[in-house]
Amino acid sequence: MAAPQRRLIFKHIDAPGYTNDIDCYIKHGGYDDLKKSITMEPTAIKDEVKKSQLRGRGGAGFSCGMKWSFIDAKKVTKPIYLICNADESEPGTFKDRQIIHKDPHQLIEGMIISCFANSVKLAYLYIRGEFPEGAKILERAIEEARAKNFIGKNILGTGYELEIYIHRGAGAYICGEETGLIESLEGKRAYPRIKPPYFPAVLGLYMCPTIVNNVETLCNVKHVINMGGEAFAKIGTPNNTGTRVLCVSGDVNKPGYYEFECGSLTMGELINDVCGGIRNGRKLKAVIPGGSSAKVLRAGEKFKLKQKGADGAMVDKEITLEDIPVDFDSFAAVGTMAGSGGVIVMDDSRDMVECLANISEFYAHESCGQCTPCREGSLWMKKITHRMAHGQARKEDSALLKNVADNIAGRTICAFGEACSWPVQSFLAKFPEEFQAKANKDEELVLGK
Amino acid sequence: MTPHPINPFNHDIPAPETPMVNVNFNGSWIQIPKGTNVVEVTRQQDSFLPHYCYHPKLSISGNCRMCLFEMGTPRMDAERKPVVGADGNPEIAWIPRPQIGCATTVTEGMGIRTESPMAVECRKGVMEFLLINHPLDCPICDQAGECKLQEFSTEYGNGYSRFVENKVKKPKNVDLGKNIVLDDERCILCSRCVRFAKEVVQDDVLGFVQRGSLNTLTAHPGKRFDNPYSLNTVDICPVGALTSKDFRFKMRVWFLKETKSISTWDGTGSNIIIGSRENKIYRITPRENEEVNSCWMPDEARFEFHACQDEKRFQQPLAKVKDDFFPSSWTDILPRVAQELTKYKGSEIAILASAKQTNEELFLLRSLAHTLGVTLMDIKPRVQEGDRFLISQDGNPNSQGAELLGVSQKGKKLPEIAEGIDSGKIKALISITEDAVDCGINEAALKKLSFHVHIGTQPNKANQNAAFILASAGFGETRGSMINVKGRLQRLNKAIACPGHAQEDWEILRDLKSAVGGGNGLHTIEDVFRAMSQTVPSLAGLSLSKIGDLGLQLNGTVSILSPREIKPVSVTA
Amino acid sequence: MAITLLPEFENKIETAITHYPVSKRSASLPLLHLWQEEFGHISDEAIDWIAAKLDLQPINILELVTFYPMFRRQPFGKHHIRICRTLSCALGGSYETHACFKKATGAEGDDHGPVSSPDGKYTIEFVECLASCGTAPVVMMNDDFYEDVNESKIQELLQKYQ
Repeated sequence: MAAPQRRLIFKHIDAPGYTNDIDCYIKHGGYDDLKKSITMEPTAIKDEVKKSQLRGRGGAGFSCGMKWSFIDAKKVTKPIYLICNADESEPGTFKDRQIIHKDPHQLIEGMIISCFANSVKLAYLYIRGEFPEGAKILERAIEEARAKNFIGKNILGTGYELEIYIHRGAGAYICGEETGLIESLEGKRAYPRIKPPYFPAVLGLYMCPTIVNNVETLCNVKHVINMGGEAFAKIGTPNNTGTRVLCVSGDVNKPGYYEFECGSLTMGELINDVCGGIRNGRKLKAVIPGGSSAKVLRAGEKFKLKQKGADGAMVDKEITLEDIPVDFDSFAAVGTMAGSGGVIVMDDSRDMVECLANISEFYAHESCGQCTPCREGSLWMKKITHRMAHGQARKEDSALLKNVADNIAGRTICAFGEACSWPVQSFLAKFPEEFQAKANKDEELVLGK
Repeated sequence: MTPHPINPFNHDIPAPETPMVNVNFNGSWIQIPKGTNVVEVTRQQDSFLPHYCYHPKLSISGNCRMCLFEMGTPRMDAERKPVVGADGNPEIAWIPRPQIGCATTVTEGMGIRTESPMAVECRKGVMEFLLINHPLDCPICDQAGECKLQEFSTEYGNGYSRFVENKVKKPKNVDLGKNIVLDDERCILCSRCVRFAKEVVQDDVLGFVQRGSLNTLTAHPGKRFDNPYSLNTVDICPVGALTSKDFRFKMRVWFLKETKSISTWDGTGSNIIIGSRENKIYRITPRENEEVNSCWMPDEARFEFHACQDEKRFQQPLAKVKDDFFPSSWTDILPRVAQELTKYKGSEIAILASAKQTNEELFLLRSLAHTLGVTLMDIKPRVQEGDRFLISQDGNPNSQGAELLGVSQKGKKLPEIAEGIDSGKIKALISITEDAVDCGINEAALKKLSFHVHIGTQPNKANQNAAFILASAGFGETRGSMINVKGRLQRLNKAIACPGHAQEDWEILRDLKSAVGGGNGLHTIEDVFRAMSQTVPSLAGLSLSKIGDLGLQLNGTVSILSPREIKPVSVTA
Repeated sequence: MAITLLPEFENKIETAITHYPVSKRSASLPLLHLWQEEFGHISDEAIDWIAAKLDLQPINILELVTFYPMFRRQPFGKHHIRICRTLSCALGGSYETHACFKKATGAEGDDHGPVSSPDGKYTIEFVECLASCGTAPVVMMNDDFYEDVNESKIQELLQKYQ
């Protein structure tokens, strides 16, 4: 059986009687961590975060302590900005919505602590446009926090000053990319910036040092302060610390969001025990483990994973999809990523070509169009996959599609290039027979009809 | 080279005293100023890294991805010290992910591979992407022949298309501004034009609308791209998306003969290339000169050649018989003009010169004046509204030369000339290029003249009264030199021949001078310049060839000669 | 341009601008949202007005309106129905939901753009991931969010949004 959930971020979410107003939050110990932090040296907070080994929850899994360490507030002469990335839009991910709607003050508190730690006086919370209600809840939460002097001038009598404003996106996935988000916040098309030279830590918002953190990451900061970095690091496994909110969707009996210690359960346990197995008595066919851009995993596939043997030495162990521990490093080791925690499950009735066509349509629609490979390639892949899914596949299409994806990944301004090509590459690699079968149906195909 | 002050960026010009770094470029260790980007490094090595969006004078956008190359950094050992290989050179750790050359600047020990399989593979990939939605309308596209898509596809293209889908449809034949037509299907969205408008001329009217593959270049409806420098975007457009209304569908560019010259549209003297074919000029484009115009020029300056294509152009010297002009020949007409002129005292003759003339013409004119004993002469000043970019307040291209050679009094003498003619004190007028009426001499006064000879290209209000018209050269039809408003001596070159029997002005003046005062031993334009350099201290030691393609800044203050100081020209045959 | 704006609306605009002390341009998206909430769509006049308000060129605003899918240049029906099209919702039957909404409202046309019912009451639009994949298919009726919207719920929703 799977380990029980460990609800840290989602502790109060859906708890009976818990409301999203500040009084309820304070009643449950809210803002105590802020009161504690604000008496600490900002560098001490940063040290705790470093010790916690907290990794970003947005998708890339980059060390939060490391990200913060790029900016030395003592040396920087320009203002430092912090932006909360609440542009949750990676398909398959729906954790931020819950936090924002049901426990907004947790996020606000995490943000204030993070701002204080990084000497930030002006922060923005970039929330995706499709969360109008979320934006209203957050606006109200900020006003409540201001009324209690957690935000504004001379916070809790310490002389620290902070403003947080809500900024609504307007339906563009690319705003989840941090430099695209910054451009969007500057009132421009969300064209991701070239790196070098525009690393947010150096030339971010208004060309000033900027920290962009995911909603869940900022919430975690509060808990790092609450329990101390070292204690936080004991949750989960080394280098995969803390909990992970997993959003399971697709063909399972009980889709939803679940929070576990990192690495405390396997994919099989998640799907079969936690989510009640595959719907309609069907069999598992494939899993996308970290949002739609993560590479797909095929049921029955064998993976090699380095694990600690009985004698303590690392040994290669052959495992199945169901055996993969749900943490950052294990997913990386099996050739995919934990990403944003969005797990999409597909059963054996699903047509993989159609699934890929759906994903490719998403990326073609969301490409910002700034750089050539992604702009041209994402639409091309959509057109090929749609054609294949609709009875117009040719024998050479699989190879062509793979080559198009290969020509995008690694050659674009931002990670969208990988995001749109990894699904294509992995679907083709894992389910080649389905793509080939489409072609075999129509030997005498005349295109353009 | 001093970067042009107007450019927001000069990626091709390293700041003075930039330290050098060692870089491994395609296998050899070279020294490069630190911070130079890899596209420029490649150019400095007489090689070329293909690119579309990068332009040395614009911000780095990095969107075309054509300049991807393989990059390496010095391999470090456990103590973070560079590892030295067996050959004594630092070892390089090559990065598996390609980098863009335009946004990557060199640092010590960097490795650059522009021709490795990875780099070439990347370019091929990008090339194919750029072509899939591009219309293959090269046969009717004006850019054909100077199109970067065409050029790079010969090296990195497939030669066939793997794209069997329908292409994206976008607006065609878009009237973007007064001088520009846009074809959005040809556009590769490199944003050079957008950045030019925003950064160089600060006229933020261009932008991209829609998203992804549907991205479309446009101006806001009702806000056209009518900037006085708009045609520079046509020059820097790497494909046939932006085309000049003036030039489109007129001539295939590969037929054009290119002549390096300068613009005579205003006092800036923008460096240009004249494109001509079979003795006809088709277009003028800017030629890079950081000291003058960088790589830009105003739209209007590109159209000055049209005036010379007028059907009314004088094709041969004309002599008036009763009220009509009849064609004549040079051998017949020049002695007659000389004979007429010598009838008058120097004080009875006025010369209406032009600051649109070359130094050589002005010098010969001054020499003619000396022979005739004429001292009353001036030019027509052209003060216009300039800007802080390339349009000068001086509408004359050679005001400095006209002053230097003592022909110009900045127009102060024009009233005296007009008055003299009206009062009958001045009996003969030599006018060159300028319309005497525009210089303040009214037609009634002109009728009082006993003799009027005009050297020019077209009929005007005044020269209908002349006794003789000496058909001269128009734009692009003559060689010589001019001095721009900043005191830079620059060369004009001859792109096409004068029409019919018309002659270059300097030849006419030389021959007229010898008809008046005997042979002067000047056979070529070089001879004229040499004679001039011996007389004019500011030009001492110079020759036409020494001026070079980029011109010469004349040292110190240009010493201006007054008409009183005009000395006889002493030239040995 | 004859646009009369209510003082409350102008106040909202002024307040939004104060949130961006470093650059007024940052207020572009907030102003577009406010405008669309007030007037239903972003007209040419809106673009000119907002550009002037923020000391920008109209093209700077037009670039945004056409980039961000939530902004519309044309008026929509009284109720805007957004149906998530992306994978999890598609697995959960959102294409059927979309088709049902179209059939129930009589809206016809291309699936890839907004389609309106003949009475102008509804505009139905397929959109990309609405971030509630666990309760697919999800639908937004104007700004309200609905989960598990399968065929049986559609009539109920249309009744509610008259």
